Amino acid sequence: MLGGLIVIAVVLEACAGQRRATAYQYNWSIFFDSLFGPDPRIINGVILTVSIAIASQVLGIVLGVLGALGRLSRVRPLRWVANTYVWIFRGTPLLVQIMIIYFGLLNTNIFRWDDVSINGFLIPGKVLAGITALALNEGAYMSEIVRAGIMAIDTGQMEAARSLGMTYIQGMRRIVLPQAARVIVPPLGNEFNNMLKTTSLLVVISVQELFVTFQILNGNGPTSFHPFELFLACACWFLLLTTIWGFIQGFIERRLEKGTPGATDRGPSWTTRFFGMRAPAVNR
Amino acid sequence: MVQIGTDLLSVAGVDEDTRQVVVEARDVRKSFGSFEVLKGISLDVRHGEVVLVIGPSGSGKTTFLRCINHLEKINGGTIRVNGKLIGYREKNGKLVADKEKEIARQRANIGFVFQRFNLFPHKTALENVMEAPIQVRGLKEDEARAIARSLLARVGLEHKIDSYPAQLSGGQQQRVAIARALAMRPTVMLFDEPTSALDPEMIGEVLAVMKELAHEGMTMVVVSHEMGFGREAADRVVMLDDGVIVEQGPPTELFANPQHERTRAFLSKIL
Repeated sequence: MLGGLIVIAVVLEACAGQRRATAYQYNWSIFFDSLFGPDPRIINGVILTVSIAIASQVLGIVLGVLGALGRLSRVRPLRWVANTYVWIFRGTPLLVQIMIIYFGLLNTNIFRWDDVSINGFLIPGKVLAGITALALNEGAYMSEIVRAGIMAIDTGQMEAARSLGMTYIQGMRRIVLPQAARVIVPPLGNEFNNMLKTTSLLVVISVQELFVTFQILNGNGPTSFHPFELFLACACWFLLLTTIWGFIQGFIERRLEKGTPGATDRGPSWTTRFFGMRAPAVNR
Repeated sequence: MVQIGTDLLSVAGVDEDTRQVVVEARDVRKSFGSFEVLKGISLDVRHGEVVLVIGPSGSGKTTFLRCINHLEKINGGTIRVNGKLIGYREKNGKLVADKEKEIARQRANIGFVFQRFNLFPHKTALENVMEAPIQVRGLKEDEARAIARSLLARVGLEHKIDSYPAQLSGGQQQRVAIARALAMRPTVMLFDEPTSALDPEMIGEVLAVMKELAHEGMTMVVVSHEMGFGREAADRVVMLDDGVIVEQGPPTELFANPQHERTRAFLSKIL
């Protein structure tokens, strides 16, 4: 993988060299140091990115389940609230939502995002605002995913639950949602993969996650003005995170596959996962 | 009209059946849109009685069965199970829709077996049977497990308790579904074409379980085309056509000597 990137770099350099009088001074040690002996700020950035992504995704799933149940509800006001929520948050840019939720509320004195300390762990207000914005946006998309998942489950399942004396809520919680989860996990994997990368939009409220950290490194100090090496390294970090997530997703899917015909202990191999190569389907 | 409620008592010369009425349907009407499926059905099912409901497709058999445990809302008439109205309460002489909790409480006493089994695919056979006793009756897990084990043994599946539905044959799935319904200790069992989705060689094993239940004295309403089951296990056969009860009577009489033209036509096609 690294070899490939270097080949690309060399080709790009050759192209650039023809057009520019003063050649760009590559400093590849910046690239390698950022990956293998990273500045503590980079590590902090990684931790912050992952934390924000997980928090936002978890809240997004909760909002998504509520949104989906609202949209499928027989109670008209609930349906109306859920539909409006999804309509607004899916219909406007996330960047704009972030600006409104942080600066919009702050400058009008409507709401101020204060730092919060949990067990001596200080969470800056900006991070909270960022998580809120990402979660609200994600919740709108998750509503649609969860709704599709619930609708994919045979209505006979809820009828069977009810015939046994379960209420709608019990039937949803114990019977329908666990089965819907199986349908939801593949698109949910996509959503979290996106979420890991989308955290970089929090640059507009200067939350120092992974991308912003590299921007700062590019702006000041000994690594300044090496955007090519720095952002290549930044890309590698993101790729590492999404790759790890890919493996975790595969693990979760295998866990949820129990009881389905053709379930195996192994699940899709890494070649399937990353390159879409598949062994011919047997008995599926 | 053929006499209603033939059983041991009437054979012994007692005219009045004194057994408690478990299901009491009065002039039940049900429409889907402008199409009236049930056009006033009245039927009493007494404790321990096994009633086979037959009739051509579209006659409303399944709809009627689903109305009994309020999976379908009725548009007219009343249904009482164990003396209590299903889905409604009487308030100042008017019928008011019941709260969901109340409906659920009543459904817990009514076993329902679906044509397509509707087992929970993410749970093993044992977990399928344990689920409702724990969630609805509030049983402890080991109590529920003991009940589930013995019920699965009773339907001949003690060796399959840890299998998921997808790993079971249709006949085995339907037997798990029967065990699942029995786990709630229902006062009446409703069977909606329990063998229609099965391969012929699996029908026998499901019918055997149902016959055994009937002989043990379970109150049952069975919608089915299995006339053999009717002959062997039913106390009464009810012929439904076009949303009304055309005729009813003990299986030997009704099968041998149907009074109504429509019954004759139907039986000639199916026997």
